[in-house]
Amino acid sequence: MNTRLRRTLPYAGLLIAGIAAPFLFPDYTFQFTVLWVMILFALTWDILGGQMGYNSLGNIAFFGVGMYICAVVQIGLYYDVAQYTASYGAVKVEFTADQYFTGLAVGLIAAGLGAMVFSIILGWVVFGLRGPYFAIGTLGVALSAGELTGAWDYVGGGGGIALPIYPGEPDDRSLFFYVLSFTLTIILFFLLRWIYLGRFGLAANAIRDDEEKAEGMGIHTMRYKTVGWAIAAFFLGISGALFGNMIGFIEPLEVAFPTVTFGLFMVVMCLLGGRGTLWGPVIGATLFHTFKEVTWIYLLGWQWVALGALIVVSVVFFQQGIVGWVKEKWPEKFGIAVDDRALAETDPDLDEAPSQRLRRQTEAAQ
Amino acid sequence: MTAMIECEGVSKAFGGVIANNEITLEVPEGRITGLIGPNGSGKTTLFNSIVGYHPIDAGSIKFQGREISDLRVQQIARLGLLRTFQQTRIYSKMNCVENMLISVPHRTQTYRAMFSKYPPDVTERAEDLLEFVGLYEKRFLISGNLSFGQQKLLEFAMALMNEPKVLLLDEPTAGINPTLINGLIDRLKRATSELGITLFVIEHNMPVIMGLADNIYCLANGRLLAHGPPEKIQNDQRVINAYLGAHYYLDSD
Repeated sequence: MNTRLRRTLPYAGLLIAGIAAPFLFPDYTFQFTVLWVMILFALTWDILGGQMGYNSLGNIAFFGVGMYICAVVQIGLYYDVAQYTASYGAVKVEFTADQYFTGLAVGLIAAGLGAMVFSIILGWVVFGLRGPYFAIGTLGVALSAGELTGAWDYVGGGGGIALPIYPGEPDDRSLFFYVLSFTLTIILFFLLRWIYLGRFGLAANAIRDDEEKAEGMGIHTMRYKTVGWAIAAFFLGISGALFGNMIGFIEPLEVAFPTVTFGLFMVVMCLLGGRGTLWGPVIGATLFHTFKEVTWIYLLGWQWVALGALIVVSVVFFQQGIVGWVKEKWPEKFGIAVDDRALAETDPDLDEAPSQRLRRQTEAAQ
Repeated sequence: MTAMIECEGVSKAFGGVIANNEITLEVPEGRITGLIGPNGSGKTTLFNSIVGYHPIDAGSIKFQGREISDLRVQQIARLGLLRTFQQTRIYSKMNCVENMLISVPHRTQTYRAMFSKYPPDVTERAEDLLEFVGLYEKRFLISGNLSFGQQKLLEFAMALMNEPKVLLLDEPTAGINPTLINGLIDRLKRATSELGITLFVIEHNMPVIMGLADNIYCLANGRLLAHGPPEKIQNDQRVINAYLGAHYYLDSD
């Protein structure tokens, strides 16, 4: 019971912190919302980057694709999109509360599914690449996605799109987006916890450790990679849609496809917290975001230098990340130890196999 | 006695080097077949051709009467034809039990099964097999930290976990200490007699392969040199020439 309680405690803590945060510090609701999006970034990047060893630098593309799909759906349900974007706000458009929430709901789902379909098609092309080639290939996809969107007049080109305005008080609005991002990230977190414990987690790690061996053992490697990326894309797509609506105005380079900021942050947060672990991305994202916000306030002018220094230090001196370091330091806490319980019995029956003896002991104890 | 693997005129060249030159051989069901030959004689190339690591230039490879030379590695593995590697390959950052669990057969895997947990009997089977190779106490250690010999045993156990029909072993005793070799030979024989797995073994250790195999093929310079039961191979002058060095006999004559 005691160990069970101890194991549940971190999960309960995460939930409670998430629920309590906007009530304890209502002024920081927007910051907390961004923090949950950051945690989501790190968690989704880790599915391929940490668990499977496929370092993608282009995951941010799914974020932007989701953002644009949602915007087009939200507007397209009630207006002509081309006309809306061409007018740059000159035409007065109103969305009723009903229209807003319906549009957003449909938009969020479409964003998730659209990004997922995009990831499956993209995966079919880029999963032939390995190592650094995969990283560069995906980076190219993200960069060109931003440029292509910027040249596409239907979605407003480089001028972007102003999204429908939330029908209600500003405080309600920030709480509304907080609840959505928090819920989305928590769902992702527990979904990942569940799939990492089963066959998916082991197959992903097998691909990371030796993909050729995994193929030789008959594992459906392509299927695992595709599904892993599709999960990441689905959640990134929805988070992009949420983020766009929270900002209220989207454009291709800085908001939708910010490859050199968010696109790299998600990698760095994972590395800092410990890639290939469930809690690493959560811890890494929280620390990174806090560090970033603190330097933005107290080290203004030097904030990018400080952030760069953090990245260099963590990549050069601390590759295994926080959770990885703890695991290395105290392996027995994670069950990495020789199991000598079977030998500990006084006067053991040497003809009996150790596993049999252990099972007999366990049964006797119950 | 039916043939599990039939190779018919298999050839494979890498640039100008002909690694396999029209090799024809048969691996009978439920037996242990040996493959010997000097270094660079094309043994591992033949293994790679059989399990589909590279396409062959000519000839045909049949598994249980079915042509497999045009299938990919994963498809062949799922048919129940598996190999282990000369340079041991395991999932080095996972513990032994995890290595075993992910090695379950993937023959009929559905999308739902991807997200399922392992039932207790699979875990139990994994532990039993780890015990079979003597790694039970170390099952929670990270496999990459085990000694080379233990990694080799783990790889063998992983192959058994996959429930193959035929297992190709590339130098199973290389790098293993003499005491452990006896244990391993015993386990290889038991894998055939108790689990019904057909074995095809590359081996340089002559006492081991002579005691183990029912039937031995000898390769030299990419060609099939000799074939027969161990006693015949041991006394075959061509094998002695190719393997022990013909000049030795020429000098002493």
